[in-house]
Amino acid sequence: MIPVDYYIVLSAILFTIGVLGVLIRRNALIIFMSIELMLNAANLAIVAFGSAFESFSGQVFAFFVIAVAAAEVAVGLALIVEIFKSKKSIDVDQVSSLKG
Amino acid sequence: MTLDLILFLVLSLIAIASALGMLLSRNAVYSALYLVLNFVTVAVFYLLLSAPFIAMAQITVYAGAIMVLFLFVIMLLGADALPKSEVLPWQRPLAVVLSVLLGIEAAYLLITKARPVGDILPPADAVNATENLQQLGIALFREYLLPFEVVSILLLVAMVGAIVLTKKEKGVRN
Repeated sequence: MIPVDYYIVLSAILFTIGVLGVLIRRNALIIFMSIELMLNAANLAIVAFGSAFESFSGQVFAFFVIAVAAAEVAVGLALIVEIFKSKKSIDVDQVSSLKG
Repeated sequence: MTLDLILFLVLSLIAIASALGMLLSRNAVYSALYLVLNFVTVAVFYLLLSAPFIAMAQITVYAGAIMVLFLFVIMLLGADALPKSEVLPWQRPLAVVLSVLLGIEAAYLLITKARPVGDILPPADAVNATENLQQLGIALFREYLLPFEVVSILLLVAMVGAIVLTKKEKGVRN
């Protein structure tokens, strides 16, 4: 018997660590991994709520989120490879060509 | 303390520690491996939540496909350790303060306002039987058939997008 609050608090902690990763790291790949961590934390909360309400909708939505994350990773990594080809770096501070 | 609670606490310690390891390690390869550990612990949480299909999908898609893609790109670019470039010196403390604020805010809202009720029962034998998968399949293909098809189109578009982005165009000089 685990209260559903525990899962929600754990999910909030993991999400916060992901936000911190996006804010303090400069490596585009690490930022991307932090986004994956945030998606994962949201998924954990969704499945916990689905389990608490004894509904299968939570699992179905978690499945959709996993599929969307896979699509996002494919396009995002292609973008990072292209940026590395043109800038020779994946430091996000170097990608400021559009700055006015 | 029941066995479930002990298991939950140990696993959540591992999950938080591996997330922090992903955040703090200098080498991107180590970050990716810590993230794999984190995904596997979350998969065990799904098993505790009696969602075995999602747990297996998590391991195959996240820990398998996505992280292998990440490791490929890290090794392809050879960018496992970036030189330190601190452009904004006040950015790091500010980021830490802001995320601690976000965490406190989330905890406050969850505990006072949106307090979820109910306990999560330990996964019984019946839940882990094939009926669980059957009911998930029925929910997926009856209630959520249209989103399922839209997701398939999304995956197709992502595949085309990734190919178009990385393909060399003929006649364009780089």
